[in-house]
Amino acid sequence: MSGGGLGILPYWAAIALLMIGLYTTVAHRNLMKKLIGMTVFQTAIILFFLLLSVKRRATLPILAGPPDAAAYMNPLPHALMLTAIVVMVATTGVALAILVRVHARYDSIEEDVIAARVATEHPDGPAGP
Amino acid sequence: MRGHLPVLPLLLTLVGAMATPIVALVAPRAASGLAVGAAAAAALAALGGLADVLVAGPRRYALGGWPGPWGIELVLDPLSGFVGVVVAGVGTAALLAGAGGARRVYGDAAPTFHALALVALTGYLGIVASGDLFNVFVFLEIAAISSYALVASGGGPGLVAAFRYAVLGTVGASFYLLGVALLYALTGSLNMADLAARLPALAQSPLLTGGAALIVVGLAIKMALFPLHGWLPDAYTHAPSPVTALLPAVGTKAAAYALARILLSVLGGGDLPLAMLLAWTGAVAVVVGGVLAARQQDARRLLAYSSVSQMGYIAIGLGLAGTSALAGAYLHMLGHALAKGALFIGVGALLLAGRRPALAALGLGPRQPVLGACLVVAALSMVGVPPALGFFSKWYLLEGAVAAGQPGLVGAILLGSLLALVYMYRLTGAVWFGESGALPVAATPRPVLAVLVVLAVATLGLGLVSGPLVDRILIPAAVLTTAAAGP
Repeated sequence: MSGGGLGILPYWAAIALLMIGLYTTVAHRNLMKKLIGMTVFQTAIILFFLLLSVKRRATLPILAGPPDAAAYMNPLPHALMLTAIVVMVATTGVALAILVRVHARYDSIEEDVIAARVATEHPDGPAGP
Repeated sequence: MRGHLPVLPLLLTLVGAMATPIVALVAPRAASGLAVGAAAAAALAALGGLADVLVAGPRRYALGGWPGPWGIELVLDPLSGFVGVVVAGVGTAALLAGAGGARRVYGDAAPTFHALALVALTGYLGIVASGDLFNVFVFLEIAAISSYALVASGGGPGLVAAFRYAVLGTVGASFYLLGVALLYALTGSLNMADLAARLPALAQSPLLTGGAALIVVGLAIKMALFPLHGWLPDAYTHAPSPVTALLPAVGTKAAAYALARILLSVLGGGDLPLAMLLAWTGAVAVVVGGVLAARQQDARRLLAYSSVSQMGYIAIGLGLAGTSALAGAYLHMLGHALAKGALFIGVGALLLAGRRPALAALGLGPRQPVLGACLVVAALSMVGVPPALGFFSKWYLLEGAVAAGQPGLVGAILLGSLLALVYMYRLTGAVWFGESGALPVAATPRPVLAVLVVLAVATLGLGLVSGPLVDRILIPAAVLTTAAAGP
């Protein structure tokens, strides 16, 4: 559970990636860069979660003979992150699909340009049902 | 059979979501009926689950036969039973009211709307049923990803709103997941009941503080708690009418439920400084959301900001964490789901009938008195006028705030009602006394009117029986969330 096999350094790497991803998501005005930042952020969490199961000189928890808990890596974070990766792929896929349609509609993926075009198209707010 | 009640509602909506597009290949008309039927069956199952809890007590359901704390558990108790009924019931009403509009807006693609809406409902019902932190994350994302697609489905500015929603929603879910990672690193467990038993011994750990803060921030984004509400106004303004009938009524409630469950019964948050911070954030949300709603010129944007304000009430109740404050917060989930559902359905019907969303152009006059009357009833509930449900939920919240000795929160609750009076009068006044009476307006379809009448009658009727409702269901739910936190 300690992840101590690799020391504290990998955790700092995960935290650095978290910060880079979050900053990119919030600060960039380009929607594609926001999406990239979001992916970095999610990947950093996956890295962080997996670090919890890292153990030196341990192996996969496959029973071949009498079970020896001390010799196994914790498989649960891996199983959880497999699910999280599926969620992440789905989110990224939907976001990319929306982005493609945004580009087709407004001919830009710059937030400011799109906002200006929305404002000129609907001077008194949006229409339609 | 009764043993399977915890899983039944979400299985029904999930199977309905899978079956709808397949049936649509053969019979497109039958597909929308099937979707509404699946939601209605889920609502009945949820109602059965709640009744079962009241008779037989809480149930824990081991998914796949793997018992907790190793397997994934679903939990059916007064709180999850109650919120499940709210989500499935109002969700069914929204799908029924949106069916006609969906055919108008989407044409041949209407079954896709129904399938996505059912996936979203599955996600919400899953959040409510789950007793496992990671499982909640998965259901949060199932609901969220289908919501992004639903908001985007209208095209135009809705696409931009949906992208923004997708990015912020994902950041919220990621914060939540990181918080879960810290709690897992601390305890090695993800089961809510197991965590609740282990965490009191670890109360001093910085990992617990950090994890709790990350989880609260993540869920606050999902429930659009000011100042983390950035995704909500655009999403609710630009989404197509059938979508705005569903998402605003039930979407944020499921996240609020997750916050209540995890903060109070897992993290023992009633005593944390975090809880007071949540209550005061809620108070600011009530006031700022109300002021912003009162300034809007677009009917849907007005309703969206009023959601920001009303979610603040729920946050006040969760933060105070006293028995009557919690009962008020849970009752407010029901009251707000009914009223906001009715308001968005009514405004959506006007837009589908050819009106423009600007308040100045919404005018209908007394030509459709039933529609207008239902909007007024919902508005009265939002303001908090007896005997509408909104009065009673705010009453219990006030009682909780007074009991906790927080005059500032009492003031915020009252000021929020005053602001609701302003913005709800602007909306209903625009509908009843608006100027554009000369334009022809298509009659509101009968199913939509029927749903509106049911929601309005439920708002008043459940208000009248709110005493027994609170005593039998919500006080046990409140005691459950506070008692699990320890003495």
